Amino acid sequence: MPKWFFRAAIVCGVMFVASPFVIASADYESTMGLVQKIFYYHMPSAWMFLTSGIVCGVASVRFLMTGDPRHDRLAWAAAEMAVVFGVVTLVTGPLWARKSWGTFWIWDARTTSSLVQWMVAWAYLILRRYGGPGSEKLAAGLALFGTANTAFIYVSVNYWRTIHPPTSVVPKLPFTMGFPLWFCVASFALLFVLLLRMRVRLEEQRATLDSLYLSMDDAR
Amino acid sequence: MRLAWLILRKDLTVEVRSGEIAYTTLFFAVACVLIFAFALVREGKPPEDGAAGILWIAVMLAGNLALGRAFERERQAETLRALLLAPAPRPAVYLGKLLGIVVLLAAAEVLLVPLVALLFQARLLAHPIWLTAILAAGTTGFAAVGTLFAAMLVRARSRDVLLPVLLYPITVPVIIAGVRGTAALLQPELEVDIVRFWLALLIAFDAVFVTLSLWTFEAVMTD
Amino acid sequence: MTAGGRWVFDRVTVEDVSRHFGRRRAVSRVTFQASQGQILGLLGPNGAGKSTLLSLLATLLRPTSGAIRYGTLDLRHAEGALRAHIGVLGHDLFLYPELTARENLAFFAALYGLRDANAAARAALDRAGLGDRADDIVSSFSRGMRQRVALERALIHQPRLVLLDEPFTGLDDASTVALVKRLRGLREEGAIVVLATHDLDLAEGLLDAAVFLRDGRMVHSATQPAALRSTYRTVMTKGQA
Repeated sequence: MPKWFFRAAIVCGVMFVASPFVIASADYESTMGLVQKIFYYHMPSAWMFLTSGIVCGVASVRFLMTGDPRHDRLAWAAAEMAVVFGVVTLVTGPLWARKSWGTFWIWDARTTSSLVQWMVAWAYLILRRYGGPGSEKLAAGLALFGTANTAFIYVSVNYWRTIHPPTSVVPKLPFTMGFPLWFCVASFALLFVLLLRMRVRLEEQRATLDSLYLSMDDAR
Repeated sequence: MRLAWLILRKDLTVEVRSGEIAYTTLFFAVACVLIFAFALVREGKPPEDGAAGILWIAVMLAGNLALGRAFERERQAETLRALLLAPAPRPAVYLGKLLGIVVLLAAAEVLLVPLVALLFQARLLAHPIWLTAILAAGTTGFAAVGTLFAAMLVRARSRDVLLPVLLYPITVPVIIAGVRGTAALLQPELEVDIVRFWLALLIAFDAVFVTLSLWTFEAVMTD
Repeated sequence: MTAGGRWVFDRVTVEDVSRHFGRRRAVSRVTFQASQGQILGLLGPNGAGKSTLLSLLATLLRPTSGAIRYGTLDLRHAEGALRAHIGVLGHDLFLYPELTARENLAFFAALYGLRDANAAARAALDRAGLGDRADDIVSSFSRGMRQRVALERALIHQPRLVLLDEPFTGLDDASTVALVKRLRGLREEGAIVVLATHDLDLAEGLLDAAVFLRDGRMVHSATQPAALRSTYRTVMTKGQA
C-alpha cells in the first residue's frame, strides 16, 4: 500500500469519530428536529453511491474498448463501493423518511431510480461471483447498459406515478448547515477513496498471484 | 443485413420443425395469465387496471424463458461457435437472433392479448394500432437487451439464473412504459398525448439499446 | 490487410503462443509451423491443450502471449476475411439436428458467402455419398454419417486451413477409411491440415509432421514421424521420475 494510505486512513478515522460532534453542533432544523441530522450521513453516502456508479460505468467502457485488466479491476471495486454506499443511502433514507413524513418509502423518482440502479450494481457483483470464467466482459457490458439506462429509468419512474410532473416530496435542503455537511462529505469521500484503493489493491494482488503461478508453471 | 435474414430464416425453420420453444413459451405465457387470474380475481371481479400489468408481466416472463431456451439450444450443438467462426460480421449474428426472438414473442402476444382482454374484462382491443405500436416497441427493447445478455451468458456458469438477474433491472423502463402506455389505452377517454409519450420513450430506449448491443456484441463475445 | 502486397497464405506459424485461463495454463509457449500440402498432427493425452490450440488457430480465442501468423498475415488484422479461409470440424460437429443435411449445408454455404449455396450443398452431398439421404433430418443419422456431413460443412467453402478435433472418434472402419482418403485428397489440393487425435495407429501413416503436447507444453516435434507409438511413450514419460 502506498505511504499516503495509512496516513489518510488515520485522518479518515479521526474525521468519522469527530463527525457526531460536528453534527451535533449544527443548527437544529426547525420542522424535523433531531432526526434531520441523519441527512448528514445520508447525503454524502448518496453522492458516493452516484460517484461509484459513474466510475464503474466509465471503467467498464474503457475495459471493453482496450481489454486492459486494470480498468476491469477498478470497475469491480467501484461496483462494490456502489453496493455498500447504496445500502447506507437506502437505509438512512427511509429511517429519515419514517420519522419526518410517516412512511418508510415513497415511490418518487429519485429514490426509486436509486433502488433500481443499486440492483444493477448488485447484479454486477452476482455476475462476477457466479458467472465463471469470462465474466469480466459480461459484467462490463452490464455496467455499460446500466449506466446508459440511468436517464431512461429516471424519466420513466418520474412519470410513472402521474403523467404530470410531480412536485418532489423530498424537500430541497437548505445549505445553511454548511460546515457539518461539507465535513461529512469530505469524510465520506475520503472513505470512498480509501476503500476503493484497498479493493483495487486486492485484485491487483490476485492478478500478481495468478501470474506467479503461471511463471512457476513455465519454469517447470 | 442479408446474413441476419439468413440466420432468422434458419432459426424459424428449426423452430417450426421442432416447435419446442414455441409451444413451451406459449403454454407458459397462458399458464402465467391464468395464475394471475386465480390470484387476483375476487368473486368474479378482476382488479381494475390490472390487465395492462398482467399482460406485460406475462410477456416478460415468457420472454425470459424463450431467451434461455433459444441460446441453450445453440450451446448444445456448439452452433453458436460455428456462427462465430464464419466470416459473418458479428452484428449480423446478433440481429438475426434478435429478430427471431421478436417474432417468437410477437406470436405469444397475439395469443395473450385476447386472452387477457377476455379474462380480465379489459378493452384491450379498443385501439389496436396504438396497442400494436406499444407492444412492438416494448418487445423490441426487451428482446434487444435480452438477446445480448443471453448470448453473453452462453458460456457462463449459472446462466439460467443469471439471465433474469441481469435482465430485469435493466428493462425496468420498458415495463413501466409498456404498462403505463397500455393502461392509458384502457381508459374510457383516450388521452393520445400520454400514449405518445410512453411510445416515444420506448422507441428511444430501443434506438439506444439496439445500437449499444450492436457495438458491444463483438467485444463481449470474443475471449 | 498486410502493409502492402497480396496476402500469401501458404503456411500457418505459431510463435511462442500461450493461453491461460486465470491460473491455469492451457497452452504454454508452443512454437511450430504447418505448411500447405501438409498434414500436421497434434498428439497428446486428454487435457494436453490440443483443443485449446485448435481454438486459437481458428481465431475463437486469442493468445495471451505470442502470435499466430497466417501466411503473411498477422492475426490482429482483417479477422473476418481470414475466417473465410478456415474450416473447422470440432468435437461437437456444429450441425443443426432439426434441419436436413441439405439445409445444413446450404445454410453454411450461404453463411460463408458462396454465391450458389444450393449447388454447393448438392456437390458436397455427392462428395459425401449422401445424395439419397439429403432430405432427412440430421438427428436421424448415425454418428458416421453425421461426421461426413459435418466434414463437408467444414469444407464447403474450400478453406486453405483445415482444423480437425478428434475426427476419428466413434467412426467405423468404412467411415475411417473414407475420412483418411478425404484428408489425403485435401493434402493433394494444397490445403494446410492440422489434426488433433489420440489415435496413434491411424496417425502413423497419415501425418507428415507431428507435435507432441503434454500439459500445454510442446515436448517433442517430428517430421515424417515413424514408430509413433514408441516415440509417444518415450516422449510422454520423459521427465517424470
